[in-house]
Amino acid sequence: MTEVRKVRTQSRRYHTSLERETWVSLWVIIEKKKEEVHPVTLELLTKGRELCADLQETLVAVIPGAIGEGDEHVLSLFGAQEILEVRTMEENPASFDLYAEALCMAVGEEKPSIILAGATAFGRTLMPLLAVRLRTGLTADCTELDIDRDRKLLLQTRPAFGGNILAVIECAQSKPQMATVRPHVFKMAKVENAKKPVIRCRSYSPLLKRSAELLERVVEDEKTDITQADIIVAGGRGLGKPEGFELLHTLADSLGGMTGASRGAVDLGWISPVHQVGQTGHTVNPKLYLACGISGAVQHITGMKGAEMIIAINEDPEAPIFEIADYGIIGDLYDIIPAIIEALPKGGPSGNRSV
Amino acid sequence: MNIIVCMKQVPDTQKVRIDPERGTLIRKGVPAITNPFDESGLEMALELKETLGGSVTVLTMGIPDSECMLRDALSLGADSGILLTDASFSGADTLATSYTLSKGIERIGNFDLLIFGKQAIDGDTAQVGPEVAGLLDLPLITFVSGVIEAADTYIVVERMLDNGKEILRSDFPLVISVVKAANRLRMPSIDRIIGSFNRKILKYGLQDIGAEEGRCGLKGSPTRVKKIFTPKQRSRVEYLDGSLEEKGRGFVELIREKGLLVL
Repeated sequence: MTEVRKVRTQSRRYHTSLERETWVSLWVIIEKKKEEVHPVTLELLTKGRELCADLQETLVAVIPGAIGEGDEHVLSLFGAQEILEVRTMEENPASFDLYAEALCMAVGEEKPSIILAGATAFGRTLMPLLAVRLRTGLTADCTELDIDRDRKLLLQTRPAFGGNILAVIECAQSKPQMATVRPHVFKMAKVENAKKPVIRCRSYSPLLKRSAELLERVVEDEKTDITQADIIVAGGRGLGKPEGFELLHTLADSLGGMTGASRGAVDLGWISPVHQVGQTGHTVNPKLYLACGISGAVQHITGMKGAEMIIAINEDPEAPIFEIADYGIIGDLYDIIPAIIEALPKGGPSGNRSV
Repeated sequence: MNIIVCMKQVPDTQKVRIDPERGTLIRKGVPAITNPFDESGLEMALELKETLGGSVTVLTMGIPDSECMLRDALSLGADSGILLTDASFSGADTLATSYTLSKGIERIGNFDLLIFGKQAIDGDTAQVGPEVAGLLDLPLITFVSGVIEAADTYIVVERMLDNGKEILRSDFPLVISVVKAANRLRMPSIDRIIGSFNRKILKYGLQDIGAEEGRCGLKGSPTRVKKIFTPKQRSRVEYLDGSLEEKGRGFVELIREKGLLVL
């Protein structure tokens, strides 16, 4: 039935060592959302420019698979100096293993000193598969990236223990140094003078491996990715009924934000899991998180404590959410939210969207 | 069907406190718990065993005290437990941990499904599951949020995306990382507890699993922690008072000041 799995023990030909010649590029792995470049990638290119300036290295946007129409333009606007397409003879977008193999081979030839990717479902699957093949260090969910100029090393700051501590990690003994960063941690900014990047392509035929087969992809709405929202209006069991979310949607729309939810509300079937914030849902870093009728269980807080400003509306003054909120409004959200909507300047939601 | 569930005992990070004077983590007295995502993994395994038969082995790399976590798993219906414990395993980052676990799994031998919790709530990396899959050269499905169909030779699961979900099918052997199971981890029952007394927990060290010392523990860890500090604590909450209108206007002022109102 099943054979004993043997651990990869021998140094594979792609395993890279420090003894090779200097490693002088910084890779940002490009993630695509449908036809567009995922915003987290643009945030990483922006940060990458800063790091490359310190290190005197080249900023390379790496695309697993084929470059799409419009990619070149967007990537140049955010400062990619080179675009590297890493292709496989058989393209299979569902196969992370295939891309990890191909990228591993590309690393062996290109020798980037640093590889960055978004800490999204895509990045958090692809990066460890790549790191293990390269036998190098990977640091997840970094909140800061700096350069130690003396040793030309990447200093990676990240939370641990549920965010109760921050740790600074370094990977001094192997290359490349790899890190993932969540959406909205770094800001994106275009360059002053966009230059046309050099485009190159490498193509590989990794041994065809058995991988899982994608049967169906169910996306409520491509735009409903709450990790991308600047403003999140979230509801919990305190709403009392599913219709409460209609009120929250109205407020979210007025603010140009998106709707979030606690696990309690999702488990009750009041809203789809795509909106869930928390340990078994999404981790978000918006500018504003408005928690309505959410008590503030630790598993929920874990998912939103990175918000720049947290405002809580709750009838219960003892609710733990007030321990982490910056501002609190005690009262019935069915009275308060309409009062907020009333107080908002009438100008339409498009005026309020942060760019 | 043979399932291996990898588990980790972690400090209850919800009970971890910061020493207000020194700004350091107070670990003393913080209870050790089973990583919540691993509980989901175990529940998923036990449900599959109930439907399809076979065996569930629980595996952990940890200090000798982690044995009690494996004992608890046996009392819930797991068939055997393996504890990888050795001084040379300590201080491991995700790469070294993945290597050690892989060698342990290689020692266990046959399996159809290898289950990991999505991430450990102390390290929060979500890397070990995928890295073990890479080392064992097996297909991987991350962020599994439910089992749709399971048979002797294949499984169909739901995978959580940032903005939706996917349905994937794979033949065995397969590695999955689990976000949540359909049900919470069951409670032990008397007959299961008694039935578990005979089941063994095997302890393996470096030699037992034939691991290279240089690839385990601190020595095998390319990443090192340079410094630990506590994040700036948020200031106390400020309440918006007054009439409803005042609260509404107060809110709008707050977000205007933050530049979130474009007018």
